[in-house]
Amino acid sequence: MFPANFGYAAPRSVDEALQLLSKHGEEAKLLAGGHSLIPAMKLRLSSPRTLIDLGAVPGLRGVRLDGNTLAIGALTVHADVGSSDLVRKHLPGLAEAASVIGDVQVRNRGTIGGSVAHADPAADFPVILTALNATFVLQSTGGSRTVTADKFFVDYFTTAMEPNEILTEIIVPLPPAGTGTAYAKLAHPASGYVVVSAGAMITRQPSGSCTAARITIGGLGSGPVRAVASETELQGKALNAQNIAAAAAKAAEETDPDGDIYAGADYKRHMATVLARRAIEAAVKRAVT
Amino acid sequence: MTAEPENTAIPIKVTVNGVKHEAVVEPRTLLVYFLREQLALTGTHVGCDTSQCGACTIHLNGRAVKSCTILAVQANGKEITTIEGLARGDAFHPVQEGFREKHGLQCGYCTPGMIMTAAHLLETNPDPSEEEIKHALEGNLCRCTGYVNIVESVKWAAQKMGGKNVSR
Repeated sequence: MFPANFGYAAPRSVDEALQLLSKHGEEAKLLAGGHSLIPAMKLRLSSPRTLIDLGAVPGLRGVRLDGNTLAIGALTVHADVGSSDLVRKHLPGLAEAASVIGDVQVRNRGTIGGSVAHADPAADFPVILTALNATFVLQSTGGSRTVTADKFFVDYFTTAMEPNEILTEIIVPLPPAGTGTAYAKLAHPASGYVVVSAGAMITRQPSGSCTAARITIGGLGSGPVRAVASETELQGKALNAQNIAAAAAKAAEETDPDGDIYAGADYKRHMATVLARRAIEAAVKRAVT
Repeated sequence: MTAEPENTAIPIKVTVNGVKHEAVVEPRTLLVYFLREQLALTGTHVGCDTSQCGACTIHLNGRAVKSCTILAVQANGKEITTIEGLARGDAFHPVQEGFREKHGLQCGYCTPGMIMTAAHLLETNPDPSEEEIKHALEGNLCRCTGYVNIVESVKWAAQKMGGKNVSR
């Protein structure tokens, strides 16, 4: 299988890439690691006239501490997110998600920015990044703006990005003391994509009660879904097994999934409650006060 | 830099198995076909062609990647190792020896990809557990289902290397 013909450009800076993007408009696509785009092009699901390869643009890779946030370059590959000391120390849930994407070879090449911008409803990063309340930095020739994860994932393969914008950085706030993060996934055995997954960020007081909870579910809709009923259920409660199970039982309330050949809708909703419980339990264990 | 019009061939420079190559490729040329058809390095196989099976695994700047899901133009300026570049003269890489000693191949189709992935594993984790070996080989499929001996082969190689990285 081969992609249709296209023109190719390898800009050396974000500014150069932005100029190319505004010149070619919606007929152009940005290429990062290419692990979503190239398969889509080979299947002729996507046939851009021009590819703007960001691979040679400096400054878009790596994880750095920036005040009370971690700033992750959009071109950082999954393997480097998962093995980053900063990520493992401050956001173990994000490291966990990065290390279960696809397989080793995919993680060596696919990028966090590419995954986020592609917004596949069966992708891992959108789910955990929404739980972690991440913010996305979008640059255009007119300047830059930020969009929170809650507003970024709009629909299937659709984000709040404008066609003239480049996602350059993902900003994740460092969780306050007493907060744990975790990710739990049921992977499709053939593709490795998400069947159902859950992300959790839980803050506990020294007394053991929950002061803040963000819980997200993936695989049950057009993108990550906040499990608001679960979050509300946990608020102020003691983080014991019974209360966690009660909250997790509500994880699928906001969802109306479609069944498919591998997993029926009821099974998916049930797995959402199981994975939410696992993610909350793991996050609580890490929420050392 | 302005974008080239559709289909304009692009000059690239790559180092493959220590040899520098300058070539001209169509933007849509996949790296695996560049290696196989332009450089005649046919040890790298095309299996599923959909980034599932891992038969096309090579090392790009030292990392195991699937060359069916990379454009040749994306490899511009980079270093590539293929299965042909793993041995040193007559001396096989320990992973290659392991596959011979432990009967890690049947039809052999997946073998180059398996070996390239396993070699990368042992560079990053010289003393892997059985579980870690299996996790590392998740992206490589064997149509003969000979996985038991493949895992044994990697274990053999790890032991041969004595927990040390083989300097390549």
